[in-house]
Amino acid sequence: MAEVLVVVEAAQAVGVKKVTLELLTLARELGTPAAVVLGGPGSAEAYAEKLGEYGAAKIYAAESEDIDGYLVAPKAAVLADLVKRVQPAAVLLASSQEGKEIAGRLAVKLDNGILTDAVGLDADGTATQVVFAGSTIVKSKVTRGLPLVTVRPNSVSPSPAPATPTVERIEVQLGDNDKLARVVERVAEQKGSRPELTEASVVVSGGRGVGSAENFKLVEELADLFGGAVGASRAAVDSGFYPHQFQVGQTGKTVSPQLYIALGISGAIQHRAGMQTSKTIVAVNKDPEAPIFELADFGVVGDLFKVVPQAIEEIRKRK
Amino acid sequence: MNIVVLVKQVPDSGAERNLRTDDNTVDRASANNVINEMDEYAIEEALKIQEAHGGEVTVLTMGPESATEAIRKALSMGPDKAVHIVDDALRGSCAVATSKVLAAAIRQLNPDLVLCGAESTDGRVQVMPHMLAERLGIAALTGARKLTIEGSTLTIERQTEEGYEVVTASTPAVVSVWDTINEPRYPSFKGIMAAKKKPVQTLSLADLGIDAAEVGFAGATSAVIEHSKRPPRSGGTKITDEGDGGVKLVEFLATEKFV
Repeated sequence: MAEVLVVVEAAQAVGVKKVTLELLTLARELGTPAAVVLGGPGSAEAYAEKLGEYGAAKIYAAESEDIDGYLVAPKAAVLADLVKRVQPAAVLLASSQEGKEIAGRLAVKLDNGILTDAVGLDADGTATQVVFAGSTIVKSKVTRGLPLVTVRPNSVSPSPAPATPTVERIEVQLGDNDKLARVVERVAEQKGSRPELTEASVVVSGGRGVGSAENFKLVEELADLFGGAVGASRAAVDSGFYPHQFQVGQTGKTVSPQLYIALGISGAIQHRAGMQTSKTIVAVNKDPEAPIFELADFGVVGDLFKVVPQAIEEIRKRK
Repeated sequence: MNIVVLVKQVPDSGAERNLRTDDNTVDRASANNVINEMDEYAIEEALKIQEAHGGEVTVLTMGPESATEAIRKALSMGPDKAVHIVDDALRGSCAVATSKVLAAAIRQLNPDLVLCGAESTDGRVQVMPHMLAERLGIAALTGARKLTIEGSTLTIERQTEEGYEVVTASTPAVVSVWDTINEPRYPSFKGIMAAKKKPVQTLSLADLGIDAAEVGFAGATSAVIEHSKRPPRSGGTKITDEGDGGVKLVEFLATEKFV
């Protein structure tokens, strides 16, 4: 079977991201998964065990200070050379900002079609996408070149399939045009121990109804009970209650967790665009007419400052 | 510093949007077509740079005849002129072909800086700035929440999952911006009147030296096979809190095995 290249997303703090394990799981339907590690020296060694656990038969390791030293372009350059050499059956990336950007450059370099934000992928390369704030389902295919697809986190459940990967080192050869956007500093912002918003299985979000930055502690408390991430609606972000990087919606993150809890969020289309594909949706809002209730599997019309503390207490009791 | 701002006309994200049943393209006829909201932040940033450093701001759009409305809206905020790439053969163009067309126009305009929104609210693909940078052989600084300019050096703060990155490049470059970067100005009445008289140059594929077979449905590198309306979520339970709403909520979560 031909190889399916999976571009690994990882961070030093968390190791291989869950979305990469999901991609390896999907890749098995299309061929033999081969993980591509693009990072600084030592990256492949650090991630090999996890990648093998989820079925990577091979690891292509491109390690160089230059890969992390410049924005996106070096990764696309290395990947393009690899694709030309090994002629894979498909190339899969996470549908993160960087994943999409690498894929975009690759598409131009190879004059190849590109599909982004897939939530499903068939063995023949047909991708399923959900567009227009979750209202429309689209099936698409790449019609020139190989399937080059970015897949949203939480689209499949990662399942282990242990393999012992062989590691092939790739020499990193970059041109001047790959080194135009230099990363001069990476600043970690306080995030605590919560999972990444797009990767989390449970997301608890607050909206305008939360009322203040101080009150977001209640949202955080509920999220922490589930080991979940905290999100915020645009209204809450614009009001300064919570930082922008946690915004869920049209101009923020798109999440698709197992459980989404919306607190004090009316459910404007701008917000729905970012959470409508969540598996189970729960909402608490004092306005019985709030559109969020049209989406909710379970909705409570009431004061979130009464309902949520009671729910927190009840969960603690049951634990 | 001469700046080109990319502007796209999209169906209003606040209203119902559809794909056409015949060719799977965006149904513009039934939609309220507006300027992509994200582009307004790029226009604002361009105008601020112009105020500080001088130069000319040009709006660049690819789209059907009707996209003129989005161009006038953009111009009413303050840019000097616009270029509208319009050609029947462009209908159905994929991102790869679109980047080829836009890159050809940008080459003709030869700006120091290309600014665009971080994504369009219809496709949300986010690939265009890097595709253009790849074709033009210039830097792409994407996802900026802050942009500073010193001489010919551009520096951005780029939001990441872990925090942010500071990324720098020399002009010419493509920079995409998020909606946290500024607060777009509202067009003044004077601006709206002035926009009607500002020059809008139209370019065809022939003007750009691109063969019609390379773009549109003919040159597409991907295709939508089918689409359908997602069934509305249903079967949900809605209760009114009568003092036990929190407990009932947890009971539901327990039946779903979340607690």
